[in-house]
Amino acid sequence: MSDHKTPRRDFIKLATMTLGGVGAASLAIPFITSMNPGKDTLALASTEIDLSPLKEGQSLTVIWRGKPVFIKHRTPQEITEAKNTDLNDLIDIEDDADRVQNDKWLVVLGVCTHLGCVPLGQKTSDVKGEYGGWFCPCHGSHYDTSGRIRKGPAPKNLPVPPYVFLNESRIKIG
Amino acid sequence: MSSNDPQGYKKTLNSPYTGFKGWIDSRLPLVRMMEAEYLKFPVPKSLNYFWSFGGIAMFCLIGLILTGIFLGFHYKPSADEAFDSVERIMRDVNFGWLIRYLHANLVSFFFIATFIHIFRALYFGSYKAPRELVFLFGLTMFVLMMGTAFLGYTLPWGQMSYWGATVITNLFSAIPFVGDAILKLLLGDFNVGDSTINRFYVLHWLLAFAIVGLVVFHVITLHMTGSNNPTGSEPQSWDETVSFHPYVTIKDLNATIFFFIILAFVLFYYPNILGHSDNYIRANPMVTPAHIVPEWYFLPFYAILRAIPDKLGGVLAMFGSIAALGLLPWLDTSKVRSCLFRPVWRICVLLFAINFLVLMYMGGKPAEGIYVLISRIGTAYWFLFIFVLAPLVGFLETPRQPLSITNYLQSKKA
Repeated sequence: MSDHKTPRRDFIKLATMTLGGVGAASLAIPFITSMNPGKDTLALASTEIDLSPLKEGQSLTVIWRGKPVFIKHRTPQEITEAKNTDLNDLIDIEDDADRVQNDKWLVVLGVCTHLGCVPLGQKTSDVKGEYGGWFCPCHGSHYDTSGRIRKGPAPKNLPVPPYVFLNESRIKIG
Repeated sequence: MSSNDPQGYKKTLNSPYTGFKGWIDSRLPLVRMMEAEYLKFPVPKSLNYFWSFGGIAMFCLIGLILTGIFLGFHYKPSADEAFDSVERIMRDVNFGWLIRYLHANLVSFFFIATFIHIFRALYFGSYKAPRELVFLFGLTMFVLMMGTAFLGYTLPWGQMSYWGATVITNLFSAIPFVGDAILKLLLGDFNVGDSTINRFYVLHWLLAFAIVGLVVFHVITLHMTGSNNPTGSEPQSWDETVSFHPYVTIKDLNATIFFFIILAFVLFYYPNILGHSDNYIRANPMVTPAHIVPEWYFLPFYAILRAIPDKLGGVLAMFGSIAALGLLPWLDTSKVRSCLFRPVWRICVLLFAINFLVLMYMGGKPAEGIYVLISRIGTAYWFLFIFVLAPLVGFLETPRQPLSITNYLQSKKA
């Protein structure tokens, strides 16, 4: 084989393999995307809740996207505790004011940020952990009255889902 | 090789058989392969019963696939129907209880056989050159086995199924930046749900057959090097070997029957002893059971996961613990294979086995106080064993001169 032909053949080989690779990758996209939540699953993505039956100190668990959402009507004491926490004591630093729209109502996703268990603390008889909020029984994470992680393996605060107050006593999550 | 067949291809056509067998064999050389690999195959004559656990594991795999097929005829992989269809199998399907209990308990016994099989490889140095690939295919199968068992445990859709699946899939959310997107992609939903159980069912089947495929590679690589044996010395002559059939076939069959008698005892008298009663409660996405425990065979790895106080770190340590074992053939610097002739390494390996059982116990306990401390020590020893002791002991220890197979057998008689 003469010298000048070899690089040309190499180039053709490389170009063919590259095109084949790009083709295979493009073909993979619809298949991989098909594994993501479908349109029907996404359509169930908002829930409306009436807050009026909830008295001070009571909590409500509602389902949003198949996951529990904790709604807590906080007592003045719980509000003060959440407000007066020294931010330097927090693992995932976030001010209580950034986590609520109305001080009385705390709305957080009831899914532990460690490995996805549902923390205890919604019922009055539940263990609430060392910070008076929630306690995850799976691996021992403690959350405070603002749903912030204070102790245990969870890395983040309980996330606040997107929600709006439709009026004084009605919210829409999602 | 004849002159008109310069590359020797056509010699494969010269079957030693005649008639129908010969006709098949000269076109599909399966008959001659089976004879060479499973009848006449030479095996060191010093093998002990530890060498039967590979065969036992294979029989467990066959049993799982057979029972799995029959369960699949009745099972419905959907969030609404799964739990009820399993109850129907248990109550209404003819012998459904037997088939399901067999499937559930065979998994446990498959893991028992595999743990002993892996211990055998560590103790007698079967992972060392030239059997590195045998070992790596084995470890890969072990990982797939754990994947398959996890997927299968999700299918009955009880509380432990659901929350086990939630906790384990959430491990992927520890991956920085893309974790949550990957989790959503795996589940096909925002939480473990209908899409999840459907795909888990398909993957449970797929991985089971992937394991079968890997068994073939495991055996091919093993048959290239031949079996290791308690001395770690290679056979020096035909006198030091026996043929696979009838010597190994009968011995393995004997061991398998004994092993399956124990399985039968558990199956018929304590069918739920290795399971968790919470899994007879239908999955409830709103309530997490007070104490989530994985199946017993995952406990050592679960203990490692929980020993690390950081989420990503825990996940890396858990997967890393098995991956690190794959480096052992290269990290172990000793020229001697078998622990029979390695006084220091022998203690390290036995401690590793005891540590494995301790971690198993810790994984079943709540993650608090002394349990966490012991889990951390156990995790530290796991990695110390692989990354420090294996290279260092091989370097510092003075092993005894390994006996030949013949001398070993004579010394055992004496």
